[in-house]
Amino acid sequence: MISYILARVLQSFVVMLCVAAISFSLFTYVGDPIANLVGIQSSDEKREELRESLGLNDAVPVQFARFVGRAVRMEFGISYQQKRSVASIIAERLPATLELSILSALIALGIGIPAGIYTALRRESWFSHFFLSASLVGVSLPTFLIGILLIFTFSVHFHLLPSFGRGEVVQLGFWSTGLLTASGLKALIMPAITLALFQMTLIMRLVRSEMLEVLRTDYIKFARARGLSNRTVHFGYALMNTLVPVITITGLQLGSIIAFAIITETVFQWPGVGLMFIQAISEVDIPVMSTYLLLIASFFVIINLTVDLLYYFVDPRLRVGRDVRA
Amino acid sequence: MSKPPLLEIKNLRVEFPTRHGTLVAIDDLSLHIAPGEVLGVVGESGAGKSMTGAAIIGLLEPPGRIAGGEIIFDGQRIDNLPDEKIRQIRGRHIGAIFQDPLTSLNPLHTVGRQITDTIAAHLPLTARQARTRALDLLGEVGIPAASERIDHYPHQFSGGMRQRVVIALALCADPKLIIADEPTTALDVSIQAQIIVLLKRLCSQHGSAIMLITHDMGVIAETADRVAVMYAGRVGEVGPVSEIIHNARLPYTIGLMGSIPSIGEEVDRLVQIDGSMPRLNETPPGCRYHPRCPKVFDRCKTERPELIPAGPSRVACWLYEDPTEVPALDLVHSAAARKAGDSPHSRGGAPAATLIEAKGLKQYFDVSPPLLTRILERTGRRIVQAVDGLDISIKRGETFGLVGESGCGKSTVARTIVGLFNATAGTISYNGASLSTREERARNLSVQHKIQMIFQDPQASLNPRWRVFDIVAESIPKSRRSLAGGVKERVGELLRQVGMSPLDGDKFPHEFSGGQRQRISIARALGGEPEFLVCDEPTSALDVSVQAQILNLMVELQRTLGLTYLFISHDLAVVHHISTKVGVMYLGRIVEWSATQQLFTRPLHPYTRMLLDAVPDISKTGTMRSQVEGEVPSPIDPPAGCSFHPRCPFAQDRCRAEVPESIMAEGTAIACHAVQEGRLPAWRAP
Ligand SMILES: Nc1ncnc2c1ncn2[C@@H]1O[C@H](COP(=O)(O)OP(=O)(O)OP(=O)(O)O)[C@@H](O)[C@H]1O
Ligand code: SF4
Ligand code: SF4
Ligand SMILES: [Mg+2]
Repeated sequence: MISYILARVLQSFVVMLCVAAISFSLFTYVGDPIANLVGIQSSDEKREELRESLGLNDAVPVQFARFVGRAVRMEFGISYQQKRSVASIIAERLPATLELSILSALIALGIGIPAGIYTALRRESWFSHFFLSASLVGVSLPTFLIGILLIFTFSVHFHLLPSFGRGEVVQLGFWSTGLLTASGLKALIMPAITLALFQMTLIMRLVRSEMLEVLRTDYIKFARARGLSNRTVHFGYALMNTLVPVITITGLQLGSIIAFAIITETVFQWPGVGLMFIQAISEVDIPVMSTYLLLIASFFVIINLTVDLLYYFVDPRLRVGRDVRA
Repeated sequence: MSKPPLLEIKNLRVEFPTRHGTLVAIDDLSLHIAPGEVLGVVGESGAGKSMTGAAIIGLLEPPGRIAGGEIIFDGQRIDNLPDEKIRQIRGRHIGAIFQDPLTSLNPLHTVGRQITDTIAAHLPLTARQARTRALDLLGEVGIPAASERIDHYPHQFSGGMRQRVVIALALCADPKLIIADEPTTALDVSIQAQIIVLLKRLCSQHGSAIMLITHDMGVIAETADRVAVMYAGRVGEVGPVSEIIHNARLPYTIGLMGSIPSIGEEVDRLVQIDGSMPRLNETPPGCRYHPRCPKVFDRCKTERPELIPAGPSRVACWLYEDPTEVPALDLVHSAAARKAGDSPHSRGGAPAATLIEAKGLKQYFDVSPPLLTRILERTGRRIVQAVDGLDISIKRGETFGLVGESGCGKSTVARTIVGLFNATAGTISYNGASLSTREERARNLSVQHKIQMIFQDPQASLNPRWRVFDIVAESIPKSRRSLAGGVKERVGELLRQVGMSPLDGDKFPHEFSGGQRQRISIARALGGEPEFLVCDEPTSALDVSVQAQILNLMVELQRTLGLTYLFISHDLAVVHHISTKVGVMYLGRIVEWSATQQLFTRPLHPYTRMLLDAVPDISKTGTMRSQVEGEVPSPIDPPAGCSFHPRCPFAQDRCRAEVPESIMAEGTAIACHAVQEGRLPAWRAP
């Protein structure tokens, strides 16, 4: 048990180091950091001096170690464009992205899983057919199009919801939340739905096909033959077994919600880290870009780790050794 | 029938509506089971056995439905009950057991929870009482240390133990009838024996009747009281077990019995029923067996026969219409075939030269977890010793049968010998040429071509997108292909050799039945003009009547082409029928090999004796076998010394420490300390 968790944590570390290496090389080799710090007229000696004082002349492994050490201490350098520390820019932007992503994830799971179960158990019902056809639209329309359609309908046409921004936010310590004001909540609705739609339909279809698969297995057949009630068969036996593979994919999907937020944030001009990243790209703000990369990677790694551990608790085949005895 | 029957099926009809019209899977079937009786239901695959079982408990796979008839259980009609009512009968009054114990249990719940769930669904017991009952049940089905095992998950049990748990589950509300659908088919012979003994004992203790559905006549022979023979959705004959086996009346039953090889009997050719069971959408009119029946007459082709009494049995056949006239049916399926004169065992002749020989053959597989996990869990590498020091030598013209339980390494031996695996250690030589390594095989390609293989599953080994012609033509060596028109003729010849028509070359594999597909793969193997064919369970996926066709074909090909076979099977009766020599494998080694006759009449090794004891056979009607203990250990960590010692009644200290050498004695190679020390009692046939 301990070893399983340890192995997973170790793996996560290795992954993070690799990402750090990519982020580091972006930082070091793409563009000249000095050029962005000094004026065009400054002399070569002055540049060299700066180079030396910033440690840019040290051996690459030393520089990398310093980079990692700083990253651990949450020091990511200064934004070329805004001349502020990247850490403070991110701290300011992150709450917006997290609120949006978490709400989207809740919508995707909260509707996707029950809808998947329902459409698997009542395959012939009218509602299932409706859900399935509707979900086709969900997977086939690109996110930005859905966003624009929503804006067109609810902002431009009906003037019900704001088309951009977070509305009014309240500052709770370092965290700025839009959940406490009416305008903040209103502003959240459309971006959250836009972001959730794709994942929701994916989760629903996944749960449905997995559940149908499980309902065909021998142990379900045998459970019915023993006269267990439909309730026990469906929810005690089939659902649990459905969740085992669903957990993995769902976990990965949640990670990509945060990543996909870039598009949604751009469409709705949502002041989160995604929008920040897009701006950083257009301004070639390398420190911001490389930090964003690290951030997203660490989200993926954390989610993955959680999924692995969850897996471990759901599936006894991992948890309990295989001491097959005659 | 003194008592009223427990279950009565009257004129049952099951239909499957499909896009291409309605298929009738069960047509006008009537059966009954008395309380406490064991009714065997036999028939080849597709006869409708499982469907009958499913119809009784209302679990037909949709869109199947009962379209006519009645099912009466304990005086109550149950075929038209609402879902909730029939659910209460399932498990409570009618239990069920299915084929595959490995997949019958929910992998995420402990076995205890699965039992208590089932008890709670049917009996008014508290959680504590239910658990006590679950413990009792587990003890009853022979799970040692039940109080600890009850909280284990299914994957922690071996296959045989899981099937015991399944039986406990089926019995947990004391049902009056158990429907057992191929309960032992997925199990090894030794475990099969344990399970059958257990099932029979428990049902007689609890007074439950059993409907035992199986295609294995051996199992039926020693378990059932009465037998119903099904063919194409109907009962063809039903009667007491000894009548069905020794005194069958229906031409189909006679053919079926003749096509089953038996270790109690030696025949050169098995009785062969040509053709195969019709598919549901092409059932013939009249008697459904008439296209295959040797006694067919005009009336059979138009009018359907119903079950009528004939002696102690009931038969659906026009031959028995006049009760005063007993038809002479001995001649039905060329009785000449049943003559033991020219059996493979006596075929021998002059001693031939050794064709293929393997010495000290080892095949290990590394199944270790990744390095990181190994370091963290402080475990070493995990090596499957699938074949571990095996000696084998086969003479030209021989059929060497290799038997053993699942996982003992039979298939691995086959694959290593034909060169699909590179042997970990040991030598292989063919007709003097060494084929031990990949390089040697590459150098001796012309020799390598003389060795061909036939696989168990013809479906999987034939490319579904190729025409049969191309499949067979591919095997013809390049040197022969250059002859103009030669390929076409050669393929035609090959197809004819395996009993098919050259016209079949234009079709695709899926257009053929299982038996025909196996013929195609034999034709493909023959394309390279091999001398030596390695056959890995070539008939295990086939019905007995089709198995008989293939076995007969193989014997015939051997005679005309002078082939040598390595024939691998887990079925002792099949090996007995076809082999001149037999080797018995246990955990990667051959523990005993000798001439077939000798092995089956005077087995020496305790494992061979155990297998012979366990094997169900139609010659054992009504006899109770002695039970064998234990299961095959894992080849990852085989027991030290003689790997059979944990199950061996003659094991002593030396056996636990020292691997017995294989010694030749009386024309038999045997690896056992007890035999070598002369302390093994003489064999007494069961
Ligand atoms: N490629 C492989 N990698 C790892 N293990 C293997 C491999 N092939 C076979 N084994 C293992 O080697 C052992 C022997 O397998 P093999 O298939 O030869 O048995 P068998 O006697 O043919 O069994 P069966 O009757 O079930 O066909 C088994 O434990 C199997 O799991
Ligand atoms: S009814 Fe005719 S075809 Fe059918 S089994 Fe009897 S003899 Fe054969
Ligand atoms: S060597 Fe010993 S344990 Fe092995 S079979 Fe012979 S008597 Fe039994
Ligand atoms: Mg095999």
